[in-house]
Amino acid sequence: MAEATLEVSELTKRFGDFLAVDGLSFGIRKGEILGLLGVNGAGKTTAINMVLGLVEPTSGSVKVFGEDLARHRIKILKRANFSSSYTSLPGNLRVWQNMLVFGKLYGVRNIKEKMDELLELFEVGHLKKRVTGQLSAGESTRVNLCKSLLNEPELLMLDEPTASLDPDIADKVRKILRKVQRDRQMSVLYTSHNMRDVEEVCDRVIFMHKGKVLCEGTPEEIVKSFQEESLEHVFIRVARSGDFVEELGSGDGGRTTPGDS
Amino acid sequence: MNLEVVQALVLRHVFLYTRNAVRFVELIFWPTVQLLVWGFLTMYLQENTSGDFPGLVTFLIGALILWDALFRSQQGVAISFLEDVWARNLLNVFVAPVRPMEYLAAACAVGFLRILMTGALLAVLASFFYAFNIFSLGFSLVPFYANLMAFGWCLGMISTACILRWGQAAESLAWAVPFLVQPFAAVFYPVSVLPEWLQPLALALPCSHIFEGMRQVMSDGVFPVRSLVWATVLNLIFLVLAALVYLRVLRIARRKGLLTRFASQ
Repeated sequence: MAEATLEVSELTKRFGDFLAVDGLSFGIRKGEILGLLGVNGAGKTTAINMVLGLVEPTSGSVKVFGEDLARHRIKILKRANFSSSYTSLPGNLRVWQNMLVFGKLYGVRNIKEKMDELLELFEVGHLKKRVTGQLSAGESTRVNLCKSLLNEPELLMLDEPTASLDPDIADKVRKILRKVQRDRQMSVLYTSHNMRDVEEVCDRVIFMHKGKVLCEGTPEEIVKSFQEESLEHVFIRVARSGDFVEELGSGDGGRTTPGDS
Repeated sequence: MNLEVVQALVLRHVFLYTRNAVRFVELIFWPTVQLLVWGFLTMYLQENTSGDFPGLVTFLIGALILWDALFRSQQGVAISFLEDVWARNLLNVFVAPVRPMEYLAAACAVGFLRILMTGALLAVLASFFYAFNIFSLGFSLVPFYANLMAFGWCLGMISTACILRWGQAAESLAWAVPFLVQPFAAVFYPVSVLPEWLQPLALALPCSHIFEGMRQVMSDGVFPVRSLVWATVLNLIFLVLAALVYLRVLRIARRKGLLTRFASQ
């Protein structure tokens, strides 16, 4: 088995009486893209935030590159990065200024070359001198992705990276991400509500429901096990009858493959 | 502490100010307005009173300039944090390899740069309009500024901690916190003017000793060793306490998931 980049073990997060994540365990191998799926409120954002060190788990552990995140946060974050359609780079700075600042934060050498290379790769090289706040949503998302690849991360966390892109750009971005990921053998934790994205990009998928892993496998395995036409249909079924699906697999430690039941 | 990280965080603010001249209004406009209003008012009062208080103009202008140092320093720390909140950039910074102390150090450095700019401006304006020479404070000017800057950092850390804990609803504290302290800080009047029961509170604030020291230098020309020692010792205690409060609140914010709400606000 390939070396594990990320190991999440029995991760639990409780906010008062609300159990957001309930004993979540999963891993990502080197060079693998894992999709974390679930309806709104399933716990995937909380899970990602715990992996990023933004939220402290109530219990459980997160190990990245074999080291405990709680104890080696800075060391780990130097080798990881993050992009979300819900965060922005400072809008009042020019694109190159943002890249320079984040390049320095991550201790990147040859920032200028890296910046140019990535901006060209995502077809936003011509925006380098533009004010970030004046970019369109799609341009801004691509610039954000450039920032997330500046330090050549070994673990990349992407929170709905194509949410604001038109189908053409989304397709290009998916292909670029896939290529960069393969070339660099990068591990990626990917969340999206766009099931086409997930089917195209992810090697393996975890469906979360009420903070737990509902099922896990390759997109094809999951579609097959649910006896549905596509991942989108699986998603809808989980969204509408997640509790039922969970009950079916309750004898399997919370991990359910409905086709087995 | 990684100085490259601190430098990068400061660079972001330098870019912010150099990119847009309107940003300088905040640094120039209010200090100038305050100096002009207070300065002319003081001159008017001095000309129309019996002249019992010959140093009134210098005391008040000096206090005003030094108070601004404290205020700008506090603002440097608190506004640096708010800039990241307003830009929805906070998560990008907090998932980068930035230690909390590096983030604070950068904010403090921004406070220092703000003091340099407004301090220089006010010194020139005070000299031009009121023939007030801030350098008449002599060598003591350096420790005065250093102590006021340090206390401004402390107030900035406390303001930031409050915003972290209570969210953007507490944003106004970024401007209010220094003014909560001002009545007890003996800025424009000596500690002895305060009611006796309030005086211990005033003397517990490092800045009170600086303003007392400033009046001592202006009236007697004596280097205020005692005031400076008190201010420095108290500042060291306040710096440690403020940093501990900030780190504690940051820990609470991580535990309660408060950091992530800044992404969507």
